[in-house]
Amino acid sequence: MSVHDFYVVSPYLAMAGAGLLVILLDLALPMRNKGLLPYFAFVALAGPFVLSLIQFYDLSGAVNLLQGSDAFATEDPSILLGTLSVDRFALFFNFLIIGSTALVVLGSTDYVRSMERFQGEYFGLILFSATGMMLLAAATDLITIYISLELTTLPLAALSAFLMNRKSSEAGMKFLIIGGISSALMLYGMALVFGFTGSTQLADISNAIGQATGDTPFGNYAIFVGVILMIAGFGFKLSAAPFQMWVPDVYEAAPTPVVGFLSVASKAAAFAVVLRVLFTGFFDVALDWGILIAGLAAASMVIGNLVAISQSNIRRLFGYSTIAHAGYILVGVAAGVKSGEGVFKTPEFAAIGPDSVLFYLGAYAAANLAAFIAITIIGSKINSDEISDYAGLVTRAPVLAMVLALALLALVGVPPTGIFIAKLYIFTAAVDSGLVWLALLGVVNSAVSAYYYVRIIRVMFTQPATSEEKITASPAPFLALGLAGAAMVFMGIAPGFVMEAAQGAVRALAV
Amino acid sequence: MITEALIWAIFLLPLGSFAFSALVVRPFFNRYSLVSGIVTIGALGTAFAFSIWTLRSVIVHHDLNFEPIEWLEVGGATIEMGLLIDPLTAIMLVVVTGVSLLVQSYSLGYMEGDKSFCRYYSYMSLFTAAMLGLVLASNIIQLYVFWELVGVSSYLLIGFWHERPAAAAAAKKAFIITRIGDVGFLIAILYLFAKADEFAAAGLNAFHIPDIWQAAQPEAALGAVLGGTALTWLALGIFAGAAGKSGQFPLHAWLPDAMEGPTPVSALIHAATMVAAGVFLVARFFPVFEHSADAMMVVALVGAFTAVFAATMGLVMNDIKRVMAYSTISQLGYMMAALGLGLYAPAIFHLVTHAAFKALLFLGAGSVNHATGTFDMRYMGGLRRVMPVTYVLVLMSGLSLVGIIPLAGFWSKDEILLGAWDGSSVLDTWVNRVTFSALLAGVIMTAFYTIRMIILTFHGEFRGGVETELMEKAQTVPAGAADHGGVHLHESPLVMVLPMVVLGIAAVALGYLANPQWDMGIPKHWITGFLADGLGAALGLEGHGEALEFSWWMALVSTGAALAGVLLALVIYLRRKGKGADPLEHAGPLHTLLAQKYYVDTLYEDVIVRKGFFKVIAGTLDWIDRNLVDGIVDLIGWFFRNIGSAIGKFQTGQVQAYATGIAFGILAIILALLLAQ
Repeated sequence: MSVHDFYVVSPYLAMAGAGLLVILLDLALPMRNKGLLPYFAFVALAGPFVLSLIQFYDLSGAVNLLQGSDAFATEDPSILLGTLSVDRFALFFNFLIIGSTALVVLGSTDYVRSMERFQGEYFGLILFSATGMMLLAAATDLITIYISLELTTLPLAALSAFLMNRKSSEAGMKFLIIGGISSALMLYGMALVFGFTGSTQLADISNAIGQATGDTPFGNYAIFVGVILMIAGFGFKLSAAPFQMWVPDVYEAAPTPVVGFLSVASKAAAFAVVLRVLFTGFFDVALDWGILIAGLAAASMVIGNLVAISQSNIRRLFGYSTIAHAGYILVGVAAGVKSGEGVFKTPEFAAIGPDSVLFYLGAYAAANLAAFIAITIIGSKINSDEISDYAGLVTRAPVLAMVLALALLALVGVPPTGIFIAKLYIFTAAVDSGLVWLALLGVVNSAVSAYYYVRIIRVMFTQPATSEEKITASPAPFLALGLAGAAMVFMGIAPGFVMEAAQGAVRALAV
Repeated sequence: MITEALIWAIFLLPLGSFAFSALVVRPFFNRYSLVSGIVTIGALGTAFAFSIWTLRSVIVHHDLNFEPIEWLEVGGATIEMGLLIDPLTAIMLVVVTGVSLLVQSYSLGYMEGDKSFCRYYSYMSLFTAAMLGLVLASNIIQLYVFWELVGVSSYLLIGFWHERPAAAAAAKKAFIITRIGDVGFLIAILYLFAKADEFAAAGLNAFHIPDIWQAAQPEAALGAVLGGTALTWLALGIFAGAAGKSGQFPLHAWLPDAMEGPTPVSALIHAATMVAAGVFLVARFFPVFEHSADAMMVVALVGAFTAVFAATMGLVMNDIKRVMAYSTISQLGYMMAALGLGLYAPAIFHLVTHAAFKALLFLGAGSVNHATGTFDMRYMGGLRRVMPVTYVLVLMSGLSLVGIIPLAGFWSKDEILLGAWDGSSVLDTWVNRVTFSALLAGVIMTAFYTIRMIILTFHGEFRGGVETELMEKAQTVPAGAADHGGVHLHESPLVMVLPMVVLGIAAVALGYLANPQWDMGIPKHWITGFLADGLGAALGLEGHGEALEFSWWMALVSTGAALAGVLLALVIYLRRKGKGADPLEHAGPLHTLLAQKYYVDTLYEDVIVRKGFFKVIAGTLDWIDRNLVDGIVDLIGWFFRNIGSAIGKFQTGQVQAYATGIAFGILAIILALLLAQ
C-alpha cells in the first residue's frame, strides 16, 4: 500500500481507531471519571469527519478518489484491488453516518452513565459498527460488502443485548440469528452471481450481465435467484417487508439509543449498499428488479402503517413506523429506473430517484433521532415505553414534549420540516418514472400515518399527568436533541444544501 | 406605490410577533404576558396599514409584478418563492389582517387572566402569518407549505385548552379530516410535477401559479397539456383540498367540533382565515376550473348541497356557537356554489361581507358567554336588557347574514342568487336551476335559525345561565364547556365592545362596495368589476365576465324568502313562554335526525374509523401478527424444542417463525416474478 492508499482509507481507519481508543481509555479511567467517555468518543469523531471533509474538497475535480483527482492523476486505479470506491456517494454517507453517530453518542450519555460496567465497550461497539457502515457505502466488491455488513451487524447484535436482562438478551439473540440467516442467504446469492459472471467486482458483474440474453427474468436463472437472495439479505438491514418481522421485537427490547442508531445509521448504510449494488452492478436487468423493489416498497408502507395504528408501546410503534419509512424510501429506489422507449425495452437511469433517496435518508435521520433522543430521556425517567404513560408530558417536560411533537409531525411529513420536502421529492420521482400507482399509495399512506403519530401528541398534550415530577437530563442529550431538531427544520426551510450534496453523490453512482 | 419589501413585511410582521412571543416573552417574561398581546396587535396594525396600501397600489397600478426567487431545484423543475399580487390577493390581505387585528384587540379583554395568555397570542400570530403567507404565495408548492401550516396552527388553536378532552379530540379531528382533503391537493401537485417538462417546453414553470393559468387556457400552446380529463382531475384534486379546509360535504364534520377552541379563535377561523382558505384556493385557480365544465359542476353542486344540508342542522342546535358553525358551513357552500357557477367576483365579495358579519356574530357569542358562563341557548334569554350594545350589534350582523336590505349581506347574497338564476355559465341549465333553488331554500332557513338564535339569546326571560345548566345536568363540567365560569350579567368591557362596533359598521356598510345602482363616489359594481378585471388582466384578456345588472324582482324574491323565514321564527319563538321543550322537537324523528347531524359523525367515527378501519383492517393485521404467527411459532417451536438447541433458552419460538417468514417471502417473490413474466 502506498501513502495514497492510506489517505484513501484514512476515514475508516480513523473511525476504527477511535473505537479502539475509547476501549483503551475505559481501562485507564478510574470509575468516577467514566462519565468522560462519551465526550471523548464525540471528540474522536472529529478525526473521520475532518478526513472526509478533506477528501470531499479533494474530489472537486473528479468523481472517485481512487480513479485519481487532479493531484493523484498518476495513481494506478487498481489499488486496493478495486474493492472500494471512495467517491462523493461514499462521502455523503460518511457525513450522514458520522453525524448520526455523534448525536447517538451525545444522546446516550445519561443512559450509559447508569450502567455499572462496560461503558467503554458500549461506545467502542457503536464506533466499530459505524466503521462498518461507512465501508458499506464505499464497497464495490461483493466480498467487501459482505465483510462490511458483518462488521456492522455483529456490534449491533451485542449492543441490542447490552442491558443483559431477559428481554434485551432475547432481542440481541433474535437480531443475531435473523442477521445470520440473512447473511447466509446473501452469501448464497453472491455465490450464484459469482458463478455466472466469474467476478465479485460490481463493474465486472455489470459487464458480464450486459452480455446475457434470455427470456427468463434477469436474463438467466442464476442471476435471477442470486439477485433475489441478495435483496432478501439486504431487506433484513433495510427492515423492509417481508423481512421485517424482527424489527418490532428488537425495537421494543434493545437499549433505546441503540434502537435510534439502528433505525437511522444502519438503515442509511443498507440503502447505500442497495443503491450501489443495484445501480452499478445490475443495472442492465433494472427493469426486472425495479418491479420487485416497487412491490417491496408497497408492502412495507402498507404493513408498517396499518399495524402501527394499533400499537400501545411507543418503541414498538416506532418499529412499525421505521418499516413504513423504509417503504417510502424504497419508492425512490424503484423510481431510479425508467423504462426506455423503443421496441426492445432497455432501462434508463433516472437520477432523481436515488437523489430523493439520499435526501430522504438525511431528513429521516434528523427527525427520527430527535424523536429517539427524546424517548431515551423520557423512558429512562418514567421507566415505561407505554404511550399511555406519556400523559401530561407537556407539564412535566415542556421542551421535550415540544420537540417530540415537532419530530412526530415531521415524520407525518408536515412542512416546514425536511421529510415534507423529502416525500414530495420521492413521490415526484415515482411519478416521473411512471410509478404513479406507487406515488398514490405513498400519499394515502402518509395520510394514514398522521393518525398514529398525532395520537401520541394528543396523549402528551391533553391527558392529565400522573405525576408532578419534572423530567430533566444533563446538557449533552439536550444538545443532541437541539441539533437534531434544528437539522430537521433546516432541511425543510433550506433544503438546497443537502439536495445538492445528494445530487452530487448520485452523479458518482451513475459513472 | 408599495415596495416588495413592505409586502413581505405584511407576512413577516405577524411571524416576528410569533417568534417574539414564543421565544422571548414566554420563557423569560411570562409575568408580563400582556406585552405579547400588545406586540401582536402592533404588528398586525402595521400589517393592516401595509395591506391597505397594497390594495391602493393595486387599484391605481392594476398589477404589481415581482420577480420570484429560486428556492430549490428538483429533478430539473425549479421551485420558486415569490409574491402574487392581484386584486384577489389585495382584498384578502385587507380582510385577513383587518379581522385578525380586531379579534386580537377583543382577545385582550376576553383572554384576560388566562394563564396561557402569551401562548394564545403566539399561536394567533402564527396562524395569521400562515394565512397571509398562503394568500401571498405565487407558487403552488409555496402555497401548499403555508396551507399545511394553517392546518398545524389551527390544530394548536382548536386544542388550545388541551386539558379538556373534547378540545383535544376536536383539534385532532380537524387536523385529520382536513388532511384527507389535502391528499387530493397533493396529488394535483404531483401531477404538475409529472408535467414539468411539457411546461418547460412552452417556456412555463409548472408551479408558478400564473403559468398554470396560462397552461389551462384552451387557446394556449399548452392546451393539450392541461386539457380535457386531466384538467378536470387536476381541478378536482385542488377542490378536494379546498373542501377539507372549507368544511364542504362530506368533509364538514370537523368544523362544528372546532368550536371547542376559545371563541375569538372561532371568530378568526370561521371568518377570515382557515375556512376562507378553501374558497380562496378555488378562486386562486379559477382560471383552471373554468375550463372544465365537469369540475365546475361538481363545485357548484357540492356547494349548493352543503349550503342546504348545513342550514338544516343549524335549525335545531342549542349551542349558540354550533348554530353559527353550521351557518358558516352553509355560507361557505354559497361561496363554493357561486364559484362553481362561474360567479368569481360575487363569491369573493360574499367572502368579504361574511368575514365581517360572521366575525361579529362570534365575538357577540363570546360576549354573551362572558356574561352567562354558558353557550347553551336554553339557559340564556332576556339578555337584551343587560347587554344592549351586544344585542344591537348581534342583531345587525344577524340581519346582515339573513340578507335584509340594505345591509352588507344582502348585496353579496343577491349577486350570487341573481347570477345563479341568470345562468350565463358554461354549465347545463338544470345545474343552474338546482343550485338556485337550493340557495333560495337556504335563505329561508338562514333567516329562521338566525332569528331563533337571537330570540333564544336576547329575548324572553333569563333562564339562569351556567349555574342552572350545571344544576340540571348535574355534571361537574358543563357539556358546552364554558370559557368563563360564573354568571355575572353585564355588558362586556370597552376593549371587547370597540372591535365589535368596528365590525358592526363593516357588516352594515360593506354593501357600498358593490354599489349596484347609483353613482356614489365609486363606479357602479366597483368590487366585482375590480376583481373580474384582475382575473382578466392576468390572462391577458379584456374584462372577464360582466357584472349583472341589479334586478328589483330578484331583490324582492330573496327579501321575501328571508322575511318568510324571519316571520316563521318570530311566530314560533316569540310567543313561547318560559322554558319547556323547543317547539321544533315536535317534529319528532326529523328533529332527532337533524340534532344528530344526520349521523354523519357516527358514521365516520364509529362505523368507518372505529369498527371498519381500526377493528377490521388494523386489528386483523395485528391479530395475524400476534396470533397466526404465534400459532405457526408454537408449531415450529415445538419442533425445535425437541431438537433442543442452545437458543431454546432465549426464544419464545418466534425466531424460527421469522426465519420461516423470510423463506416464504423469498419463495413468494420468485413465484411472483416468474408468473409476471
